[in-house]
Formats: sequence, C-alpha cells, structure tokens
Amino acid sequence: MESRLSEPSEETTQMKESQTNRLPNAPSETSAPASAVNTLVDAQEHLAASKGPSYWRSLEDLAATPQFEEMVHREFPRQAAEWDGQVDRRKFLTLAGASLGLAGLTACSKQPGEKIIPYVRQPEELVPGKPLFFATSMPLDGYARGVLAESHMGRPTKLEGNPEHPASLGGTDLYAQASVLGLYDPDRSQVVTHLGKIATWSAFVDALAARRGTLEALGGEGLRILTGTTTSPTVIRLMAQLAEKMPQARWHQMDTTGHSNRRAGTEMALGVDAETHYDFTQADVVLALDSDFLNHGPGAVRYSKDFSSRRQVADPSVAEGMSRLYSVESAMNGLSTVADHRLALRPTEVAKMALAIASRLGAVDSPALGGFDEGDMAIWADEIAADLRQAGGRAVVVAGDQTSPELHAVAHAINAALGSVGTTVFYTEPVAAPVVGQEGSFAQLLADIASDQVETLLILGVNPVYAAAAGQDVPALLSKVKLRVHLGTHQDETSEHCHWHIPESHFLESWGDLRAFDGTVSICQPLIQPLYGGKSVIEVLGALLGLATTTAEDLVRETLQGAAPTGADFERLWRRSLHDGQVADSAATVLTGAVNGEAVATAAQSLASGPAADIQLSFRPDSRVFDGRFANNAWLQECPDTITKLTWDNALLMSPATAETLGFGDLVVGNDQRSDAPMARLTVGECSMEVPVWVVPGQADGSLVLPLGYGRRRAGGIGTGQGFDAGQVRPAESLWQVTDGVSVERLEGTYQLASTQDHHSMEDRHLVRAASLEAYRKDPEHAGAQHLHVDPSLSMMDGTDYPYDKHRWGMSIDLTSCTGCNACLVACQSENNIPVVGKDEVLNGREMHWIRIDRYFGGHSGQVEEIVNQPVPCMQCEQAPCEVVCPVAATVHSDEGLNDMVYNRCVGTRYCSNNCPYKVRRFNFFLYQDFETPSLQLGRNPDVTVRSRGVMEKCTYCVQRISSARITAKRENRKIREGEVVTACQGACPSDAIAFGDLNDAESQVAKRKASPLDYSLLVELGNRPRTTYLGRIRNTNPSLLQKLDPAGVSHQTDHSGGH
Amino acid sequence: MATPQTRSSGADVDMDKAVIAPGHTSATITAKVSEVVYSPISNTPKWIFGIWAIGFVLVMLLQVSIAKLLFEGTGIWGLNVPVAWGFAIINLVWWIGIGHAGTLISAILLLLNQQWRTSINRFAEAMTLFAVACAVMFPLLHTGRPWLAAYWLLPYPNTMGMWPNFRSPLIWDVFAISTYGTVSLLFWFTGLVPDLATMRDRAKNKTQKVLFGMLSLGWRGSARHWHNYEKAYLLLAGLSTPLVLSVHSVISFDFSVSQLPGWHATIFPPYFVAGAVFAGFAMVLLLTIPVRSAFHLEDYITSRHLQNMANLMLVTGMIVSYGYAMEFFFAFYSGNPFEIFAIAENRPAGPYKYQWMSLILCNFLAIQPLWFKRVRTSTTWLWIISFIVSIGMWLERFVIVVISLHRDFLPSSWDMYSGSKWDWGLYLGTIGFFLCLMFLFVRFVPMIAMFEMKLLIPEGKVEEEHDG
Repeated sequence: MESRLSEPSEETTQMKESQTNRLPNAPSETSAPASAVNTLVDAQEHLAASKGPSYWRSLEDLAATPQFEEMVHREFPRQAAEWDGQVDRRKFLTLAGASLGLAGLTACSKQPGEKIIPYVRQPEELVPGKPLFFATSMPLDGYARGVLAESHMGRPTKLEGNPEHPASLGGTDLYAQASVLGLYDPDRSQVVTHLGKIATWSAFVDALAARRGTLEALGGEGLRILTGTTTSPTVIRLMAQLAEKMPQARWHQMDTTGHSNRRAGTEMALGVDAETHYDFTQADVVLALDSDFLNHGPGAVRYSKDFSSRRQVADPSVAEGMSRLYSVESAMNGLSTVADHRLALRPTEVAKMALAIASRLGAVDSPALGGFDEGDMAIWADEIAADLRQAGGRAVVVAGDQTSPELHAVAHAINAALGSVGTTVFYTEPVAAPVVGQEGSFAQLLADIASDQVETLLILGVNPVYAAAAGQDVPALLSKVKLRVHLGTHQDETSEHCHWHIPESHFLESWGDLRAFDGTVSICQPLIQPLYGGKSVIEVLGALLGLATTTAEDLVRETLQGAAPTGADFERLWRRSLHDGQVADSAATVLTGAVNGEAVATAAQSLASGPAADIQLSFRPDSRVFDGRFANNAWLQECPDTITKLTWDNALLMSPATAETLGFGDLVVGNDQRSDAPMARLTVGECSMEVPVWVVPGQADGSLVLPLGYGRRRAGGIGTGQGFDAGQVRPAESLWQVTDGVSVERLEGTYQLASTQDHHSMEDRHLVRAASLEAYRKDPEHAGAQHLHVDPSLSMMDGTDYPYDKHRWGMSIDLTSCTGCNACLVACQSENNIPVVGKDEVLNGREMHWIRIDRYFGGHSGQVEEIVNQPVPCMQCEQAPCEVVCPVAATVHSDEGLNDMVYNRCVGTRYCSNNCPYKVRRFNFFLYQDFETPSLQLGRNPDVTVRSRGVMEKCTYCVQRISSARITAKRENRKIREGEVVTACQGACPSDAIAFGDLNDAESQVAKRKASPLDYSLLVELGNRPRTTYLGRIRNTNPSLLQKLDPAGVSHQTDHSGGH
Repeated sequence: MATPQTRSSGADVDMDKAVIAPGHTSATITAKVSEVVYSPISNTPKWIFGIWAIGFVLVMLLQVSIAKLLFEGTGIWGLNVPVAWGFAIINLVWWIGIGHAGTLISAILLLLNQQWRTSINRFAEAMTLFAVACAVMFPLLHTGRPWLAAYWLLPYPNTMGMWPNFRSPLIWDVFAISTYGTVSLLFWFTGLVPDLATMRDRAKNKTQKVLFGMLSLGWRGSARHWHNYEKAYLLLAGLSTPLVLSVHSVISFDFSVSQLPGWHATIFPPYFVAGAVFAGFAMVLLLTIPVRSAFHLEDYITSRHLQNMANLMLVTGMIVSYGYAMEFFFAFYSGNPFEIFAIAENRPAGPYKYQWMSLILCNFLAIQPLWFKRVRTSTTWLWIISFIVSIGMWLERFVIVVISLHRDFLPSSWDMYSGSKWDWGLYLGTIGFFLCLMFLFVRFVPMIAMFEMKLLIPEGKVEEEHDG
C-alpha cells in the first residue's frame, strides 16, 4: 500500500518537469507565421523559390517588403474570413441579440467558486484519492476488537477487520462498521459545559486541580469514579496511581451487557477470578445455553470465524468434520439461526436442561428436576449428553452472558467433566480491570451516595441515569453529590444531572489501549484530531492525577514501556505494536482451573429450586443499539434485527402460543405480521410499563424477551424517543431474568412497528435449499432441493455468451455459515454512502439497504424448527431483466459481467425494480441523503457517488474497489489477483459466508465454491443466470435425536427445507 | 331563427333505428348545434357551471399535487419496493383506454361506413384528445423529475452518443402515445374545419368572427376544399385505425414484456385493446347521456346511438371477461407455481381480494343487463352501468399493477400498497381537468358535426339509403 502510494506523485512531478522543459521551445514555434512574408502560402512559395540557403540578420530584414508592412497593419490576416457586408442596423441587432442569448445560455449552470489549494509540503504517503489504512482497536464493552481504519485525506471513512488481531482475524461486526457514523454524528456533544454553560477544558482542569488538593489531603475520601467495564492497561495503571495517592477513593464499574455474570460464574466454579474463552476450531459438539457467542461478547467476531471454519461444508475436508451446535435457548438470536438443533425453553427450564445434561455426564449430582427426567425433555437431555460425551474433550458447553452465574458454574462443571478445558475451553488471568462484583459495584455506589459518603463523582463514559434499573432513582441520588463530572459522547440523560460535562472523544480520534478477549494488548491510535476537542477517559484521569500536560499518547506509551521486557528496543516495539494494532505475545496467561464441586453443587441446587412461573421475562442487549449506547446511530437504528426484522424500535417478544394465552391471539394470522402492534402493560413486581407486542415464531413458549437500549430520553436527534425503555421494569436485583411475578395485560391502542420483512414463510418456494449433513454425505448431488435444475435446452438463447475474457466477477454466499449478524449490511451502508430513510419510510417499505438478510421460519405442522438467513445483494444476472426494460439505458452490462447503474442517466421510471425478481433495487423516493450536515459529508466514501432524489440504486459488487484494483493491476501490467478485490460485505463478514472473486480464475475461492454440488442460483427457473449464487444450507442434525423425538419420521425430511 | 321542430313529424319513425329524427333540414341542424355555442351565457344550463366549478377546484388540486410532487419527489405517493408502480401507471392506462372509443368511432366506424357514428364522433374525438392529455401527464410526472424524462427519453443525436434503450417498452410508449396524441389532434381538428367556417359565418360579434375565422383556415366550402377535405379526412382515418389497436397493445407491453407473474402473459395486447374500447364507450355514454338531455339533442343522438354503444360495451366487456378467464387458464396451463400463485391464489384470495371481486362485479356482472333491450334503451340504466364500468376498468389496472407487484417471487420482499392522498389528488385532479376541457368544448365548439349530419337528411343524400 505504502509503496503503491508514492508512485503517482513521482509521475506527476515528471510530467510537470517535461512540460516546463518544453516551454522555451514554444516561442520559436509560434513565431513561424509571423515571419511569413505575406500569407503562409506566399511565404512558402517565397522560400521555395529562393535558391540555396538564405540568411537574414533580423526579421525586419527578411520581412522588409511592402506586403509584410501591409500585413502588419491589417487588423486581420488574410486567411481570416472578413465580414465585409454592410453593418446595417437590423443585422447588428440580430447579432447583438443572438450573442446576448448565447451568452445567457452559457450562464445556465454556473458553478459556485471553489478554491483548490494544493499542499505546499505534501505529507508523506498521502496521495489525494488514495486511502491509507491504519491499525487500531475498537472498544466494545471495554474489550478490544482489532480494526483497520480506512483514511481518505485524513478522514476515517470505513473500518475493516484487522486480519492479524486475535479478536478479529479480518472480520468485524456491525458495531465496528457503524462506528464511523458514530464519529461524525452531528449530535455529539461539542463543548465542555459547566452548569449548562459553555466552559473550557482548561477551566475544568483548573477546577479539578483546585479539588485535588482537598482530595489528596483527605486521602481521596468522597471521591468516586464510575466507568464501564475496562480492560485498558493505561486506565488500570492510572487508577492504581490514584489509589496510591488517594487510598480512600473508590472505583465503581457498571456492567450494562451482562458479562459480569460470566465472570462471577467462573469465580463461583473455579474459586478464582478468571477470564474464560473458547476455541471453536477444536469443538466438534457445542452446546449453547441461552448463549449467542457468535454475536455477543468480547470474542464474538473471533468465535464466528472459528465456528464457521468448521461449517464451510463446500470444502469436503470440512464436511467430514463438521461441528454440531445445540442451542437450548429462551430468546432467539443469531446463533439460533445456525444451530443444528434448537430447543426453546423458558429461562429456568434452560437451567434445568443444563442440570439434566450435567447430571447425565456426572458433572453435578442433580437434584430432582420435575419433567426433565421423562418424555421429550429426557430424550433431549440423553441425546445431547451422549453426543457431548462422545466428543469428550472436543465438546464445549457455553453459557450465555446474561444467564445466572450459577448456570455458568454448571457449564464450567460440564466442561471439566468432559475434559475440554485446555482443548476448547481456556481460563486465563482476568483481562478486565479487577473490580469484584461489578453488578454490585454500581448498586454499592448508589448506596454510598444515599448514605452521603460521596462528595465527588466522575462518571466516565457511561450513562447511569439511563442504564439504571427500576427503582434506582439515580437523578435524585446524584443531586446529593457535591461535584459531579460526566464524560460522554453525547449530552445525555446523565449529563443533565452533572455539573461538568466533558465531550468524550471517539476511539478514532484518541489515543488509548485495550485488551482483547484473550488479553492481547491492542493500541488505539487516532485517525483524526478530535472533531470537537473531545477527551478520553485516560485524559480525564490524567487531569485528575495532575498529569494534564502529559498527552494521552505519552500515557499509553508509558504503560507499554512499563510492561515491555527490559532491555528491548522500546521505540521499535512501539512502532511495531502501532503498525500491527496489537502488542505481540501479550495474551493473558492461561490458568489451569479446577472446578470446585461443592460450589457447583450449591449452584445446581439454587438453579433447581428457584421460582419458575409460567411467564418469564428476559432482558437482552439489543442486537443493534446494544445497551443503548448506539441509540443515536442511524445505521444501527435502521438495521433490521436478526430475528424480528424490526427497525427503530424494540418490542416485547413472545411466541405465537404465548401471545394466544396472553390475549394477543389475533396477531397470529397466517404468515404475515401487521405493523400496527397492540400495546400491552408489562408488569414486573411493582413496576410496569407500556410496550408493543411482537410475535416471534419459534421463541420459547412462556418466555418473554424485552431488548434493552431503547426508550432513550436524551440520545440525540436520531435516538431520542425511539422504542421503549426496559429500565422501567427491570429489577435491580435481577437484571437479566425475571422468573416470577411477570404479567402482561393488553391495552387499547396500537403502535406502529417498522419491520422490513412482514412475511415469515417461504411459501414452499425453494429459495433456501437445505439438507442434512447425513443426506449430503450420502448423495451430494441430490441432497435437498439441489436437484432442482433447469434444462438448458429450454432456453431460447443460443447459449453463447459474451466471452468475458478479462474478468468475470461472481459471488457465493454460504447459507450454512450466515448468522444474520448484519455486519455486511452496515458495512455496505458505510462503504456505499447508503442513506438512512427513517422509521416512517421503513413503514412505507422504502428502506435502502443494498444487501438485506431475508429470514424465513421453517418447520413442520406449525412448529418452527429452524430460522434461516439468506443475504440478498444484487444477483448481477447474466441475463438481467432490469437492463432490458430501462428506457434510458441507465442500467447496463459491463464487460466484466457486472450489472452497472449509471446514476446520472437514471430518470427514475422504476421499471427495473418491477422487473427484478429479487427486488434488490432501491429507489430514492425522496431526497434521503443528507447533503447539508457538514460532519456527515466528512464520513462519506469519496469513491462512491452520493445519490440524489429520484435515482434507482443497488449493489454494485463494490465496483469502486474493483476499479481501484484494476488501476493498480494495469499499472503493474497484470490481471487482478485473487483476493485483491474484497467487497465490503465480504470483508465485514465474521463467518466468511461471502466469497467474491473472478470466475475466470479456476483457483479462486468463489470458483471453487461454485463448483460445489451445494451451489445453486436463487430462482434458477427464471433463466436470469445470477452471478451471485448460494451454497445450500447443511444442518448437522443428530439422527438419533430426531429418530427418538419423532419415531414416525415426519420431521426427518429437513432435506426439503424451506418453509411450511 | 326558426326553432327546430323536434319530433313533431316523426311520431311514426322508429327512433331505435333512426340516426337522426325526421323533420330536420340543414337549417335546423345548423341552428340547433350552433345555438349551443352562440346562445348567451345566461342560457347555459346551471349545472354546467356546477361541473366547471367542480372541475376548477380539482384543477387547483391537480396543480398543488404536481407542485408538491416536483418539489418533494415520488415519495409523496404510496409507492414502495416491491410496488414501484402505482396510481400513475394505473391512471395512465385508464385514461389512454378511455380515449380509445373516440378513435374507434371516428376512424374505424368511418371506414366501415357506419352512419350512426356521425352525431357522436366529434364529441368522442374530443374526449379522446382530452383523455390523452390527462394520460400524458402521468408518465411524465411518474418519475417525479419530468424535466429529465424529456431530456433522456426522446432520441436525439448527442455528443455522448447515447440513444434511448429501444428494447424497453417504455420507449415504445413514448412513440405510441405521442403518435396517438398527434394524430388524434389532427383528426379532430381537420373534422372541425368546415363547422368552424359555419360558426365564423354565423358569428354574432367581432371576437367570434376573428377567432373562428382564424381557426377555420380560410374555408370557403368550394368543391376543391371539399375534395381536399375528404381526402385528408380519409387518410387520417386510415392512419388512426391501426393506432386504435397499436397504442394499447404497446401499453400492454409495459406489463407483458416483464417477467413478473401476473404481467407476463401473451393475452395482454388484445385484452388491453378490448378493455380500452370497453372503458371508452363507457365514458362516451357517461358524458353523452347528460349532455344530450341538457342541450335537447335527442334528435341527433338517438336511442339507436345509445343502443349501439351499449352493444359495443357488452361485446368488449365480454372479451375482457374472457381475458380474465384465460388468465386463470394460462396460469394453470403454464404449470408455473409463481403464475398460479399470482393469478389463482393472490388475486381472488389475497389481501386485495375485495378489489379483485369488485373488478369482476363491475366488469363482468354489471354489464349483463345490457343483454336486455329495456336496459339498453334506458338512459338511467346505461348511465349507471357506464359509471360502474369506468370504476371497474380502473380497478382492472389496479389489480394488474398492484396485486401482481405486491407479492412476487421472494416472500421476503412482499409488502402492501395503498394510494396516498397525493395519489388521489393527482387522479382527481386529472378528472377535473378532463371535465373542464370537456364542458368548455361542449359550450364553445360545435359538438356535433353539422356538415356531416346534413348528409344524413334526405336532401343531403345522393341516393337513398335504408338502415337495416
């Protein structure tokens, strides 16, 4: 990249030089006509007639002829046509009028004046029009996710995964993809405020310095700092320094996403505080207990990569050892869509099923489990236990972050019993800051405030007023604190109640360090100066410690220097770490943990005996806005949820049967869902709230799910007022599951929920073709509906194609791997400047996503057995139906087989969309794009046209990336190589479901995939011959489980998947 | 001026067969027809002012709807993906269809020497012209950026070397509709010239004289003029005749060329042409019946005219109904599950089933009474049935456009569609525009071809003819 960048600048300088070299010659060329005697012809004759060489002293000498004199005096040379007609009045006026008219014409499209100022001194490596990539890390919930940030002229525009980072391996998630918009969010807080008035950072530093004296004298008594989960070594180091200086100061951490349960569970089972992580490349059988490890948690992206590496069955060697995933779950999520077997149960039943399996494996002495020792539940427990036992150390049980610590302890016990610790499960020293009992930590802070022990409170990067549970009156408590400081990206619910508000810098504009899920230290480097002078947690802590003059960069360097092995060349290490985005070999030390049987037995006892009502409620971080921190990110707000396909809102989710029981039976009509959802009053203990109800087929009966992160009172122009705040009913003592005392009452009135997909069923159309692994192994060619091919002789075409002798781009999407995580969708939005349309327009069916993920429910006799994802970008058909019908040739075929859109030719007849069987075309019904807001202009990809009103658009296979690679290849006089063009969706996909490349290259990944018997075209019978094809969905079902559950064999035929 | 003796001496004449009531002379025809134009404003029936008022309000609505559209874009309509075509296309097809009766009456019936066309042809042609004017608005406004449509859709040599995509049916539409509009205008105007001259000669003031004088292009009624006129009129009739069939066939290609289930059918061209004539006659009846009674034109637009039009409506309506039946047959015969779903499941039993049922009610069941002479001779019944048919033909386009689009191949993209208030605003606006033009025409232009009517009275005939 770097070497490539420097070349064009050399070329340009050469060009300039050669131009200037030519200049001295120019006068001699132009003077030739002047030296002509009379006219050119005359001069030629004159010179031809003269014999021998002729010499003259001067031009006057040569030209001293009367003709020349005359010519000089004539206004026009003789060649020029002279108008010798009479200049009568009419003619003059005619001409004057015409010239006036023509002059007016040229004024029609006057461009506003623009100044282009070239660099006086070009920064190194910076070539206008060429992006640079820098490694950095994105913090999510405190943990690092390695990314490469694409920078155009100093503006970060897009994030890619960092292939060398252990938490990424090249993949990303939707949060990383959307964080570019977070950076340029015009609603970010832009100034330091004190008591609501504009202040300055230095005023704050002074105020803090004034306070510091008193605090130090008191040993820090009354000083409290509240942060989120933190892994940053620098923050931890500064906190340690603070503890040294002010031993009475306290650090509280707030967990808003549930991973403290994981930590507490590990501690419960092992007796030590440890981090747990998994290696899914080694796992043959995986049991997920209410877990979405593929999409949630610090290692999610890595886990997706690892997990899918065992599921890419187009590769025969992978098909041999395909892993099997059981999901026992109370809430549906991305993992549910790839599970080989799903068992939907209430939260308490999930725990009991875990116990039933654990006792079968001898991990715990199970207490009596009513109902789990007989019938179907026993079959499930038996079969899963048998499967796990058979895999032994190559099996793994993963409990979800939001499940109770007790369930985590049981999962650890099962893993220990299976012998998987060391192969698929690893314990390491803690990665996050060692604050015990994070969940209690925040409650403790509130208790301390209540008892007047807190005088100074620094709230750094969290929003406790919003995140508080029901009954925690944070604003009232905050008013008791004498000095309240809030560091946040937005003026939010908490900043309202604080004296000072400091704008927090985005990770793309600040220095920092973080640790990944496995402990690897990752450096965050700024790509741009803070847009609004924001400060990071490190800088605020520095100010508190009197280090305001030390830059964050130096603080981070110091931390790394302190941890670096002595005698090493630190500068070299620093530059290396900065370049790689991570510090080499900094992963946390692996511990050998032994499960404490007694503790697990106690945990098992409490799991078996707790209250278990018929209606239970779970809270989950939302799959898009997370815990609410991304509520003002329009890309995420408009991103459809993996399961519900809802945008801009959350809702109370329940199964059709539960809906029927609770009086919402009318919602369950056929396979369609209406957008006007009925309102319900959800009561938990003393608290209640109003929330719309949405039915999710396949969710556990009796299990209600309410996603968090919505109902923000003050999030910014995008997020404020969207959805419903679960905090109103969330009990402080049980943040994630309420197993008793939940009731739902139907209210009058409805609420409009904007879903991008209202129809659930595939209507027996072979859109997603699927087969069991067993069937596929037996007969790869004919498993599932793969045999549904169309006889080519039926075609009226003669079968000869354009030769495509250069490149033939194609895409393959693996439906076995896709978890529906939406990373591709947001990546595409970021790469291609796709506008956001807003909730009303989604309700109108006008969302603009170029790639969408279709979700179908499949199963038999009304029972939802599986949910399938199908990402649908433009199919780039060989015989594209859109091209024929466009009257203005705005969509045409390229010589590399792309179906190109010519935006400035599009008049907007929308005929192409009508004739597209895949409905992948998107139309700008209004001027959706924000052309006005300056900060949003910075974030756009300069390589992609920003579309205006009335223009059709669609997936281009990231043609700008193809062009960029083509330019590089042309300059090196070669073809574009495999892997050189990575589409945005492909690059973002954490499960490698998308492959893209040149079909002319038989060795390319995409060509190999297309050679697989699993490859099929969507709607092949239409004869459009899509370039985007799919790899059929293979489920590694357990034949023995299916046999026992259904001896008649009705649901064995998963082969003809698809809908009911 | 002599008051024409209406029906005085024609008691024994069968008005079911007569194309003009007995007792008329050249003078009475001229007097009667030009009276409508030259009578003082105070003599204009009050209800015409009512219609103008309604039309005026709707034209205002049209202007607001267009302005809103141009400023904000097609998003103000109910469109979405998958239903990217909505009211604009429905209304285009509806209006173009309505125009067809005019061309059929004036061109084909002229060539077939059907004398009964004479009294209604000018009226029907005017209707064609105004319907085309309304129709033309829709494809232009349909993109929300009409200035671009003009720029890109017309083939002209340009420096980019770009031509329109001649494979696209929308380009065929451009030529079909513009040809149709031009020929209709010429045909109508050519037919008007002798009568405009009559009006000029009978003008009562200077303004009328100058205006009609210019419009009549110096017509003096010489034999040479008549000779040229007859030739031109016949040629234009010949030109118009294929247009009756071609315009709506081309419009139907917009649908049948695509691969959408419910559109992709070979029956579309004849089915559309029949539907167009059906809708056109319904509209002619809808307008003729009140005008005939208001201006007492029963002598010229006789019961025979109404009956003939009713018969044509019945015939074309049955052809259209046959088309509906054939769509079902084709769907099953093709064995294509998408077609079967679109035609046989989603239309009669999908979310828009009531629209489909209303269509069958309006276009098939409602015309069945026309088998009975009592219904055909009752102006009230005819008017009601024509009204129902006009609604039915609009519904037919709704069924074709919307019901086919809203559920196509991938169930994931299925969605619902309903017209927004601006969709309705534009639609009602064009109806108002049409009404205004139509009744301005009725009031200010001789609505019956006087000189042609004169050929029907005995003294105008070279040889006696008997209707049979």
